[in-house]
Amino acid sequence: MSWGSLNEFLDMGGYGLYVWGSYGMALLCVLIEVLFLKLKD
Amino acid sequence: MIFNYAAPQAFYPIAGRMIPWFGVAAAVLAVAGLYVAFLVAPTDATQGEAYRIIFIHVPAAWMSMFIYLVMAFWAAAGLVLNTRLSGMMASALAPTGAMFTFLALWTGSLWGKPTWGTWWAWDARMTSELILLFLYLGFIALKGAFADPQRADRAGAVLALLGAVNVPIIYFSVVWWNTLHQGASVSLTRAPSMAMTMLVGMLLMALAAWMYSIAVSLARLRRIIRAREGDAEWIRLSTGKRNPR
Amino acid sequence: MSGFALLVGRDLRIALRRRGDALNVVVFFVVASSLFALGVGPEPKLLAAMGAGVVWVAALLAAMLSLPRMFAADFADGTLEQLLVAPRPLLGVVAAKISSHWLMTGLPLTLIAPLLGLQYHLPASALGTLLVSLVIGTPVLSMLGAAGAALTLGARGGGVLLGLLLLPLYVPVLVFGAGAVIAVQNGLDPGAHLSLLGAFLAVSSVVGPLAAMAALRIALD
Repeated sequence: MSWGSLNEFLDMGGYGLYVWGSYGMALLCVLIEVLFLKLKD
Repeated sequence: MIFNYAAPQAFYPIAGRMIPWFGVAAAVLAVAGLYVAFLVAPTDATQGEAYRIIFIHVPAAWMSMFIYLVMAFWAAAGLVLNTRLSGMMASALAPTGAMFTFLALWTGSLWGKPTWGTWWAWDARMTSELILLFLYLGFIALKGAFADPQRADRAGAVLALLGAVNVPIIYFSVVWWNTLHQGASVSLTRAPSMAMTMLVGMLLMALAAWMYSIAVSLARLRRIIRAREGDAEWIRLSTGKRNPR
Repeated sequence: MSGFALLVGRDLRIALRRRGDALNVVVFFVVASSLFALGVGPEPKLLAAMGAGVVWVAALLAAMLSLPRMFAADFADGTLEQLLVAPRPLLGVVAAKISSHWLMTGLPLTLIAPLLGLQYHLPASALGTLLVSLVIGTPVLSMLGAAGAALTLGARGGGVLLGLLLLPLYVPVLVFGAGAVIAVQNGLDPGAHLSLLGAFLAVSSVVGPLAAMAALRIALD
């Protein structure tokens, strides 16, 4: 799979909002969970 | 021999040593999975790039169901064997399971909008996932409703088992309900025909999620052990008396 | 057997003395059911399409309202502890509690439901199926409800917590119960729905009391 440019990669064929909205939320959940656990250490 | 480690205080340092390994494993597998998801898997003919959500949606859904079963297992073990650590493990797993359930719903919704035109459509799988979220939240709520941790653990265990027994029935009833009202059953998040690459990508991400869940649950378990057994340990160390509990 | 009858009789006598509680359940059923109509408007076709679901959901909620009382009073004054310690089998106690709950909640709801069905313009055949579905389904609410009530005995959060725990477990009853009525409204045979409802009743009659017994022992330890 080859992407023409970084812009193309971020745009995801017009579906950027949905794709990055999904992976972004996943990252956010992981960060919140890990931070929460570190805070109570 | 293994029951030596069933004492929370004995398991505490072991859990601490295990966490970094699982964390690293999770990171490595995630990098590999994301590599496949974005740099190996080709564009889909019908769904375009939107289908790449599958690499996070499906693993999240798998984990949400898997964790619930593991949770119910530990809860049952605690009830049957009367080991405190088992009940704590169940408590430690629940928030992560709920998180994956939420993530499955969120990513499923974001996948449904561009491909089927709607944020939510009450299809069988998403509706079942929603009910699974309710089951997780109920478990967490019940655990938090008692001052006595032992009561909380054992009541939670009964609830988790009740839920586990009912989940297949609930799923079946939701599928039934969905086909009844929609005629032909349409799954909003049906994957495009499974190419090998896609399967590999999903598996890698699922394994990453699994390793992550273990790491995070062990960390949460240590926090629970500290909260519940901290006093006893201090008492034991300071007075030389055996653990009163 | 006579112990069972004694317990049920006792519960019914107490309920008769506090008639308000039993009546509240029925009144709530009627009010909640009417709220849906008030929320969506009086258009007959819409109401007829919604009716089965609305009546069933209102019945679910009403049955749940009276569940905290199942064990609470006896728990508070020590009667429950005595019942557990006594030589009579715990299953009998739980069965008696489930039966009294159904007699005071499920049965009245089932009898009133056809009237509410009329408000929602359900045809006569559908009303009959509604009745049958509730006869089979309301005992399930009491059986699973007993488990929920026992689990939440003395817990913070009261009725809301109970609802959060039980409502997901009630989904199959709702789907098969309301589904049966809707099937009849669409000219189909409700047999499959009612059989599935019956099967779920069979499963619940084992799982519910078992969970309730375990939960009661946990609560009184």
